[in-house]
Amino acid sequence: MFRNQYDTDVTVWSPEGRLLQVEYAMESVKQGSACVGLRSENYVVIGALKRSVNEMSSHQKKIMEIDSHMGIAIAGLTADARSLAKWMRNECLNHKYVYGEAMPSKRLCDDLADRHQRTTQTYVRRPYGVGLLVGAYDEATGPHLYQTCPSGNVYEYFATSIGARSQSAKTYLEKHYEGFNNSEKDDLIMHALRALSGCVQGDGELNKDNGSIAVVGKDQKFILIENDELSAYLDKLDVEGGNGDGDGDAMEES
Amino acid sequence: MSTFTLDPSAATTTPSQRTQYPIVTGTSVVGLKYAGGVMLAADTLCSYGSMAKYKDARRIRTVGSNTIIGASGEYSDFQSIMDTLAGHTQDDVNYDDGHKSCAKSIHSYLRAIMYQRRSKMNPLWNDLVIAGDGFLGYVDKIGTTYEDDFIATGFGSYLAIPILRSKWRADLTEGEARALLEDCLRVLFYRDCRALNRIQIAKVTEGEGGVVSEPYELETNWEGAGFSSTKGDMEGDGGW
Repeated sequence: MFRNQYDTDVTVWSPEGRLLQVEYAMESVKQGSACVGLRSENYVVIGALKRSVNEMSSHQKKIMEIDSHMGIAIAGLTADARSLAKWMRNECLNHKYVYGEAMPSKRLCDDLADRHQRTTQTYVRRPYGVGLLVGAYDEATGPHLYQTCPSGNVYEYFATSIGARSQSAKTYLEKHYEGFNNSEKDDLIMHALRALSGCVQGDGELNKDNGSIAVVGKDQKFILIENDELSAYLDKLDVEGGNGDGDGDAMEES
Repeated sequence: MSTFTLDPSAATTTPSQRTQYPIVTGTSVVGLKYAGGVMLAADTLCSYGSMAKYKDARRIRTVGSNTIIGASGEYSDFQSIMDTLAGHTQDDVNYDDGHKSCAKSIHSYLRAIMYQRRSKMNPLWNDLVIAGDGFLGYVDKIGTTYEDDFIATGFGSYLAIPILRSKWRADLTEGEARALLEDCLRVLFYRDCRALNRIQIAKVTEGEGGVVSEPYELETNWEGAGFSSTKGDMEGDGGW
């Protein structure tokens, strides 16, 4: 493959019709630690595995609130994610000022996609090296989950996951997604935790330091559940025995 | 002010100016909430100073499917606002995300526009009433806003509001609401010398969305003592 000759500039096509710089950026997302997202009729839950550099360091924040009806989970270059989050927050605030209502999530994500695409078609910039899971609740149309990609593709999902070892989470979600629509909020959170627990490296386990969950939905403003608040859910997970066994399956099917 | 001369060699370009005063104007708009929705009324006159120049001006219009807006003040500024709102409504269609602008968000949007123009000392010279989805709001040329169960602009705020304060109820039927608005406009025709007795009524209901009626004439009665007898004949205070 003539990969190396055509991969220096984002504005250069490879002979196979690929933009290699964009694909390399997508690799960066795959290196980030796992994030999951899933939704029911009334709620969206996003979850993330927080990585820490070593025992002395803190765990990197992976979920950010954008507005009281929207939040994101990030995988990839954190700095790129923060830049996007800043832009999204600004857009939501401006919309609220002008129109007196919450920013509709789909149009924000369409504009987000356009922003991503612009970086893939110009000399002087590079693609964003981060994938986002955007969880939002619109009064008019209900809960939504979107996944963004350095290529500029933004798709809406019922459930999805990104980042390292996310295939385990995807397998879990594929197995159980049919029950999500009618799930209660807490059940959704448990599903997210079970999906996440399969993405932990090696012997590790999901715990209150590296786990992170956020919920938004009907009568539920965006809320982050971490540390001690997350313990209650993790304890339930331990009882099930589904934590740290590497395949994310619960012992009992509910 | 610039000078105009017929000598082309001495031609001057008019410097750009800001709005100083309105030219073609509409008078009061009156609106109220009732049991089935919200209703607006206004006459179909646009005056050119003291001349009743345009007697079929449409001062109440629909925005999207569920909002109506009535304007008093400079008619050309109202037309400009309607163009802007048409673009805004088209944006909703183009985004294709199931989101439709409601009366409340259009009201907020207009507030932002009116206030911005006022801050540039170049206002859109209108007092607007926005109604729909159980919402009734007011925005004026300096960006003041409020919401209430009944609203009136211009002379209506002096002559119609007292009538509405006395007669309005939350459970008015459509017929009662209409009769109440007609009474207000009738009084305005008697006493506002920039008003006309040819009016339009518009409503927004859940079932039909925004609808504006065709113009029709109000019945008036000039036989009453207040109009027919000279003031000096009356006992008590008929003026000087």
